[in-house]
Formats: sequence, C-alpha cells, structure tokens
Amino acid sequence: MSDTIEKVSIIVSKGSLEGIYPALIMANGARAEGIDANLFFTFFGLDAIHKKRFEHIKVATVGNPGMHMATLVGGLPGMSALATHMLEKKMDEFDIPPIPEFVEMIADTGAGMYACKASVDLFGLSEDDFIEQVGSIITVGEFYEIAAGGEIIFT
Amino acid sequence: MTTTTIAGVAVDTNDEGFFTDPTQWTEEMAPELAAAADIGQLTDRHWQVLHFMRDEYFEKGTGPTVRLLGKASGVSVKELYQLFPKAPAKTAARIAGIPKPRGCI
Repeated sequence: MSDTIEKVSIIVSKGSLEGIYPALIMANGARAEGIDANLFFTFFGLDAIHKKRFEHIKVATVGNPGMHMATLVGGLPGMSALATHMLEKKMDEFDIPPIPEFVEMIADTGAGMYACKASVDLFGLSEDDFIEQVGSIITVGEFYEIAAGGEIIFT
Repeated sequence: MTTTTIAGVAVDTNDEGFFTDPTQWTEEMAPELAAAADIGQLTDRHWQVLHFMRDEYFEKGTGPTVRLLGKASGVSVKELYQLFPKAPAKTAARIAGIPKPRGCI
C-alpha cells in the first residue's frame, strides 16, 4: 500500500461559492480518510475565513458559463443572491453545511487553516478580521514548509 | 471476500477489513476489532458512537459520515477525532461491524 496520500495542502484563491466549496469538501474528505489536510486562503479566498464575509459568499452569475444564463440576465440586480439562495436550499437538502459551519467543522477535524500574508497585507486586513480557527497568517515560504512532503492542490 | 476469525467466530469481511454481513457482528468482537485499529480501551463514548453507527446502518442501509456523526450521535466532531484518531467514521464502522460509509461530506 505505498500508493497512498498522507497529506494534502489546499490553496483557496477564489471568493465565490463555487470556488470555495470544492476546496472545503476536499479538505474535509481528506480528514475523513485519515489524510492530514491544510487549507491556505489567499486573495479572494480569504473571504471564506473572514468573520463578516463568510456568511455572505455568493455564486457567480456573470462570467460563469456553467450557470447557462445570458450574461445580461446574470448581471441583473439580485441575480447572484437569488442563484445563491436556490443553490443553498438545494445543498441543505443534501446536508451540505453552510460555509461558516463547514469551515468550523473542518477546523475541528484537525485540519490546519492559514491566511496568506501577501493577500492580508494587500487588502489591509489583520488577524482580527478572521475567525479564531485560523492558525496564523503565513508567508508563501512558510506554506511550502507546512506543505512539504504532501500534495498541493490549487483551487 | 475473506473469512476472518474474530473473538473465536468466523465472519465475512472484504479486503479492507469491513464486515460484509453486519448481522454476524456481536459486541464481544468490538475490543478485538478496536485493538486491530489501534484503539485502546473502548469507553462509553466509543460505544455511543458504535451503537449509533449500527442503528444508522440498519435504518438507512449505509453508515453515517463524520458530519452526520457530529450532528446526531451526541459526540462532537472534535471528540470523534480524539476517540477514533485518523478516520473516525471509517474506523468506527470497522469496529461496529458495518460496511465502510460512503459519502462526500
């Protein structure tokens, strides 16, 4: 059984609902299989651990061909909120937790959570802006140290 | 499929060590299964999870994932990872004599 994955480090760079969920599902799934997991939030991905924003993550209705919606329609006011509401309802039926609950649960599984220093500085944020589960704000170099010996997944 | 002897009784397991017929399981087998999974003494908290696993399996046909365990078994996600380090749902399913739970969340 040498073909096993022992550790994954997942980079979350997008701040949309469809950008964040896959990373969370993969991190949670890794822990469920006994695989060590780290989440590294960078750029707009920081919204997933931002105290005031992680309850308001929206699905992108513009520039998202997967929505099968004309760009003009997708750009109408409230369209993103509507699409998000519909998707969240559907997800609840399948018992997929909302992002805040999911992030906290993943922290409880023992996964590491880190914010990218460059992005935190760029957006003028500080540790106080993030949920307490975030271990620390780290540099890209420190991320590679933490990720060493495992797989890195960029989302 | 393999036949394994646990607590002196022959049972059917798959190549990953999960029971293929949960009705063959008895509580007396749990300590031996736990030891094989590197879990020491089974406490009341362990048993709460094991009983929940079996109840869910017989009710729904599949064992619960960590998410469901954390929500409904009365044992939090944090504690689940303390009781069954590494993979709680998988390990508990192994000890509770049910097939491996399938679920993405």
